[in-house]
Amino acid sequence: MSGKAVVVLEAVTKAYGRTRALDGIDLAVYDGELLALLGPSGCGKTSTLNVVAGFVEPDAGRVRLDGQDVTRQPAWRRGLGVVFQSYALFPHMTVSDNVAFGLRERGATRDEIQARVVEALALVRLPAAGAMRPSQLSGGMQQRVALARALVIRPRVLLLDEPLAALDRKLREEMRAELREIQRAVGITTVFVTHDQHEALGLSDRVAVMNAGRIEHLGTPREVYERPATAFVADFMGASTVLDARAVDGSTVELVGGQRVEARLGRSLVPGATVRLLIRPERVELGEAGANVLPARVASAMFLGDHWEVRLELDGGVRLLATVRGSAALGAGDRVTVTLPPDAFLEVTR
Amino acid sequence: MMGRLVVLALLGYMTLPTVVVIVASFNPTAILSFPPDGLSLRWYENALTYPQFRRAAVNSLIVTAASAGLALPIGTAAALALVRYPVRLPGLWNTMLLSPLVIPGVAAGLGFLILAAALGLLANRIVLVAAHVVLVLPFVVRSVMVSVANLDPMLERAAASLGARPWRVFWRVTLPLLRPGLFAALLFAVIVSVNEFVVSLFVSTRVTEILPVAMFTYVVNYTDPTMAALSTLFIAATFVVVFLADRFLHLSRVFQIEERP
Repeated sequence: MSGKAVVVLEAVTKAYGRTRALDGIDLAVYDGELLALLGPSGCGKTSTLNVVAGFVEPDAGRVRLDGQDVTRQPAWRRGLGVVFQSYALFPHMTVSDNVAFGLRERGATRDEIQARVVEALALVRLPAAGAMRPSQLSGGMQQRVALARALVIRPRVLLLDEPLAALDRKLREEMRAELREIQRAVGITTVFVTHDQHEALGLSDRVAVMNAGRIEHLGTPREVYERPATAFVADFMGASTVLDARAVDGSTVELVGGQRVEARLGRSLVPGATVRLLIRPERVELGEAGANVLPARVASAMFLGDHWEVRLELDGGVRLLATVRGSAALGAGDRVTVTLPPDAFLEVTR
Repeated sequence: MMGRLVVLALLGYMTLPTVVVIVASFNPTAILSFPPDGLSLRWYENALTYPQFRRAAVNSLIVTAASAGLALPIGTAAALALVRYPVRLPGLWNTMLLSPLVIPGVAAGLGFLILAAALGLLANRIVLVAAHVVLVLPFVVRSVMVSVANLDPMLERAAASLGARPWRVFWRVTLPLLRPGLFAALLFAVIVSVNEFVVSLFVSTRVTEILPVAMFTYVVNYTDPTMAALSTLFIAATFVVVFLADRFLHLSRVFQIEERP
């Protein structure tokens, strides 16, 4: 990654009672990038954000901003912009006063406040909403005001906590694109918490997939999706099938059901060793298409508009998920043949 | 039909003493009797000109203003602590803060009397104010706690992230958003303090006594309808305060826990 590290977390831990919310987080966020913290609820992604923001003090470890240790610095001195899931707009103030809040705390002059509030509201395309109360705005508009309020103080880093979760689906997709545009236009270093893998993949430069207070995989969306480090990451990024197998020779493995398949994993396997393989549903092909052709039975088939989601069962009880494009017209109990291309397998460590 | 009758009967029963007092206050004769023999405002004149009532009214004003003014910040701090921070033994704190509601006024009054005597403050309004603060506090704490529970802590985090120091966050976000609870608390404090009698009786002298005590003393000595007239004024004043509070501060809303998204 190019550029210098703006936010650095070093071995950060935080426990609530006996629960370890953060279990040794190391993370660097580089200048201008948009980094997503992705994971299921309770994985520690919001705690990580709260530690960066200064809302939560870690039990151990350090937080650095531009190289400076801010671990013990309160939130109000860090100069970061935060957008909350609930937006947290001040209900007793107008939209303009909400946006002006941070500027007033900084002692800006009246003229400067006026000019920058107008500029910020224009940036989020709400130039006429200044005199309104937050309660008079739709969810999407409140979201924009929250963004304007965070950006107007020209923060060093923008922190977004599930910013799109409260919006309905169509609006969420619009706001996702808009958020990316604004982030690019302002060029601000951004950390963004989400539980939605599509949001993380579509929006970010890098993704940190979190589980049980740890970062399981940190990489670009393509890396995380195509070469997940662990079975958890693979599963979270899209329902993949995990196959436990035993190596027979350098490039052949035997599945639990006894089937021998060729797997090109980019390394030579040690005969007798157990390996954990992964195959994505879109790489499983129905019919004969080269090597590794196996008989299977359709356990269930679901029509999902542009594709079918098919659950297959190999001899010996191994289950396999496949997505099939086009008019497959499959039903439970059908006998089919499937092809598992040798280069479709990924190896995961855990 | 039957249910409506029962409700009407109950309402009649509840308002009967008030009605009797109001009607008796217009009685022209010098005996507290019911039904009255005619109509007169002479007892109102007497009530408003009786020197001891004037002195007691001033005392009431001072004691109520001081006790409400002290109980409000103390109660607000307590409410914030009880809702926000993991205090040890929250049940105990709650019970202690609400205990003035269940301790008999006579017991509390006696306690304050003994304390005041020991401290040599018997003839001092400070004792009255101290007693009223204690008696008013449960109402203040309860009212403010509802508002604190309805306050989204993310709003305070948002303010902090925008550069507001803790006291600025309190001043610009917490306090304005607690306003409905604070108004309700103030109203309760004023009503409870103005009407407080039992404890005040123990710790008042002729010089420091507040209006309810002065009224009691008057009734012990005289039986004319002056008392009824003063009571009617008292009722009217309280009614107006509560009506205005409900009208302009939407008091009824204060007692609901709001849904938070």
